[in-house]
Amino acid sequence: MNAREIRDAVEELQYAYVHCIDDDRLEEWPEFFTEHCLYKVVPRENADQNLPIALMYCDSRGMLQDRVVAHRAANLYAPHYYRHMVSAIRIVGRDPAEISAQTNYTVFRTMADPIHYGETELYSTGKYLDMIVFEDSQARFREKVVIADTCKIQSLLVTPL
Amino acid sequence: MKTSQTANGESFRWPQPETARVPYQVFVDPAIYTREQEQIFRGPVWNYVALDAELPNPGDFKATFIGDTPIVVTRDREGELHAFVNRCAHRGALVCREMRGNRNTHVCAYHQWSYDLRGQLIGVPFRRGIEGKGGYPADFDPTTISLSQLRVATYNGVVFASFAQEVEPIEDYLGPTQQPWFTRVFNRPVRVLGYGRQFIRANWKLYAENTRDPYHASLLHLFHTTFGIYRSSQGGGVIMDDTGRHSMIRAFKRTEIAERAAYETTALRTYQKGYTLADPSLLQSRKEFEVELTNSIHSIFPCLVIQQIFHTLATRHILPKGPDSFELLFTFFCYADDDEDMLQKRIKQANLVGPAGYISMEDGYAAEIVQQAIVRDQDACSFLELGGVEASNVEDLVNEAAVRGFWQYYRHIMDF
Ligand code: FES
Ligand SMILES: [Fe+2]
Repeated sequence: MNAREIRDAVEELQYAYVHCIDDDRLEEWPEFFTEHCLYKVVPRENADQNLPIALMYCDSRGMLQDRVVAHRAANLYAPHYYRHMVSAIRIVGRDPAEISAQTNYTVFRTMADPIHYGETELYSTGKYLDMIVFEDSQARFREKVVIADTCKIQSLLVTPL
Repeated sequence: MKTSQTANGESFRWPQPETARVPYQVFVDPAIYTREQEQIFRGPVWNYVALDAELPNPGDFKATFIGDTPIVVTRDREGELHAFVNRCAHRGALVCREMRGNRNTHVCAYHQWSYDLRGQLIGVPFRRGIEGKGGYPADFDPTTISLSQLRVATYNGVVFASFAQEVEPIEDYLGPTQQPWFTRVFNRPVRVLGYGRQFIRANWKLYAENTRDPYHASLLHLFHTTFGIYRSSQGGGVIMDDTGRHSMIRAFKRTEIAERAAYETTALRTYQKGYTLADPSLLQSRKEFEVELTNSIHSIFPCLVIQQIFHTLATRHILPKGPDSFELLFTFFCYADDDEDMLQKRIKQANLVGPAGYISMEDGYAAEIVQQAIVRDQDACSFLELGGVEASNVEDLVNEAAVRGFWQYYRHIMDF
């Protein structure tokens, strides 16, 4: 692939990823990752001090699926929607076997509970540090590290970023 | 029954039976909130402020709060810990403007008054004025001025501070019933693994109740039952100190058979879903403590919770931010001598707790849905009769004894 094709593939992956979450198709979310993967949400406070604790830490596609099952069937939370904005997508490493990219994200959260129905707030902003590989010409995240500048979570974090 | 004045002078009466009712007014009234700041947080208590491991070196400091008062904890050249109110003695500016770091002196940004690591004033610019004009009077004595200093005590690596001149030593504050459980977790040096913060739109006491309430564990948190992991919700008990202010809730594994029977006979909405964890590595555990518990939730009045859930170890610090909001700060730690396998287990099992925790994310939410519903009818009250109306130790987890214990001491310290 040439540089243009790689950029297009990475952009398409990011956009497809955020639409999947924002459209509440969470059952498809693990498919954006390779079988052996790493997905974690790290508060910037921890990243800046090299501290290893993540708020979500999944090191297999199975763990991502478990997050989705818990989201649907186990965890309790105020109903809400996300709207992701992704921008400043930058390919920072171009090992042909593995592309690394850095992307800014912002998530607005709109509440659907009776108390705050229809209210939107800026819920989280930060960056994605991604390692992307191609499996049968399909781009997937081998690693997605979400560094959340917003390290004080409003209420709780249940829907992935 | 006692009638007391709230800070705004209105009379306030605790409903009957006073051990088992809590008027919703205490979660919303700004006057009661102000009174708590005085009588609890600046009263005869030891407030959790840090782990010793957060300030290992001379000059290290950490900014935090006692109640809603900003404070700073520092370590001096001799290794001694100090705490002072983060408010300049000159005209009140925030002196320390960073969360953490290392400094020899703390200098106020506004007019550069500088303080040593104990909070003592050591430098004042233009003290003598310029060319004989201005400056401070001749009798101005900087050695008599300091930041407002607090008492500090450390217990097994946990740092506490107090505004009160008269508060018992930390050992006695914890007392003989709580010390062994505190020491069970803080049995050797620890290392900080990271932080998790939540902002909860609810009164801080709703969370203090939550950590003293084992009833909700298998009802609000459906993680275990959804995935068919038989939850150790029925074996355990509650141990309080004589005042009722501290509480240690421990849960241990019953046999699977007994547990299954408990669920089947109570016909809960849970347990039958038929899900299993796609990746069960999350819950892999190995023997770690002398006294094995799946969960231990140790609440130290007013605002500290020490938790062990599987292999996750954390302090939870409740930081009130007004009558209707608080911050919940998780400080995750491990032991300094942990092997790599144990460290990885703690990191992975952090999925269980914190802002995105499988079995903890609902706690703040539960506090919020209470706060949302009690905005009116402040003389209405909650009903706390699970297990009776007493606040004594129990050997079961279907009990609100420790919640009653909290309110018993709250009424005492608040003079209600
Ligand atoms: S307010 Fe701090 S030096 Fe003036
Ligand atoms: Fe809970």
